[in-house]
Amino acid sequence: MNLTTPLGDEVLDLRAGDRVTLSGTIYTARDEAHLRMIAEGIPFDPKGAVVYHCGPVVQDGRLVVAGPTTSARMNALTGFLIDAGVRALIGKGGMGPEVVEQLRGRAVYLALTGGCAALAAARMHLAGVYFEDLGMAEAVWVIEADSLPLTVGIDAHGGDLFEAVRQKAKTQFHQRFNINRIPSHETRHR
Amino acid sequence: MMANPADTMLSGALADATERALAEAEIRLPSDVLEALRRAAAAERDAIARQELSNILENIALAGERQVPICQDTGVPVIYLTLPPDIPFSPSLFEGVREGVRRATVTIPLRPNVVDPLTRENTGDNTGAGMPAVHVTPGDRLTVTVLPKGAGSENASRLGMLLPSQAAEIPKFVAETMLLAGGRPCPPVILGVGIGGTFDMAAALAKEALLLPVDTMDDYEQELCDAVNALGIGPMGLGGDTTALAVKVKRADCHTASLPVAVNMQCWACRRATVEVKR
Repeated sequence: MNLTTPLGDEVLDLRAGDRVTLSGTIYTARDEAHLRMIAEGIPFDPKGAVVYHCGPVVQDGRLVVAGPTTSARMNALTGFLIDAGVRALIGKGGMGPEVVEQLRGRAVYLALTGGCAALAAARMHLAGVYFEDLGMAEAVWVIEADSLPLTVGIDAHGGDLFEAVRQKAKTQFHQRFNINRIPSHETRHR
Repeated sequence: MMANPADTMLSGALADATERALAEAEIRLPSDVLEALRRAAAAERDAIARQELSNILENIALAGERQVPICQDTGVPVIYLTLPPDIPFSPSLFEGVREGVRRATVTIPLRPNVVDPLTRENTGDNTGAGMPAVHVTPGDRLTVTVLPKGAGSENASRLGMLLPSQAAEIPKFVAETMLLAGGRPCPPVILGVGIGGTFDMAAALAKEALLLPVDTMDDYEQELCDAVNALGIGPMGLGGDTTALAVKVKRADCHTASLPVAVNMQCWACRRATVEVKR
């Protein structure tokens, strides 16, 4: 599916594990930008907006590289954005259970491959900036994106691919290491 | 104190070498890491994981074409120097490295990542109190090796003071570190494991293990790697066969009552480069 901003109810059709592309305006925000927006308000129209967890490298008004940062740092700072109408978050590594609940019926979390900063920048250009005093990594950069390749990590129905993988990993771990290590009957008598 | 001309020349040469090594490390992945990623992409069975690995390989190619850093977290530089017997161990070595880091921050460019730990005020040039870390060992030639270390993976690292009777628990400790980390450190990862020494040495060994080529693993490293990959966390924590590209181990002897074990987590962008200092 190809998504174009501003987003609407089409995000409700997505399911965790779906692959999508996204084009249009996105806004970067990391820890400091979230704190500033909570204190002073959101500087862009949040209705249908997309927030990108990213601290890019910018030089001479040009986006040099712009891959995703670890989204979980924003777990406790995200609710106000969804309440204000933000329809999608882009980042890496997934988010906590409180965010999964906040997204329910309203918005989705889209995973962009971590570290793919050159790939991301090749499909983006800079369109503006808010809170530049926060510094290069923490400012809110306005970016025009063209066909970003994304995976739906958390859908609007409680589906969370990261959590499903984590649960499977936990089961694997316990099977491998926590089983009773007394040798089996056959082994002892061989 | 006035620096003597030989010192100033050495410092300048070291700054040049540090800047060049950083540019090489930030823009191009070492061939052994690239090869490991290609092998993983060819062997991966999960469709989402294959797409993630293909994005990573495309990203590496694009960084080379555009001459830009592979990842926007250009890390904090960790520096290893080898020092031949005829060069004095002097403060100008450290000043040369710092100057190289400052220049690289502008010329590559690098994201300014170094801040005061409490006020979080950014120094703006990737140097600061005690930063970059510079480790010096004796050698035949004067070389500078850089290992730019991103925070996503560094933050998922772990150190345990195991009991001497718990050597068999090391694979569990390593796999548990990955389980706790999940997708946060940008898997597929490379794990540097330090075993033995003291509390601080184990961590230093774990980081040094990340300098080792990943194209071979001994039986013990393979056992640890298999235990990690069995978790199925996959690229970016989205599931799949490829969680770790390699596990590398460095050891030191230790106190009879201790068993320090450190796991230094490294994202797929295992950036490292060595440049010999011309003098």
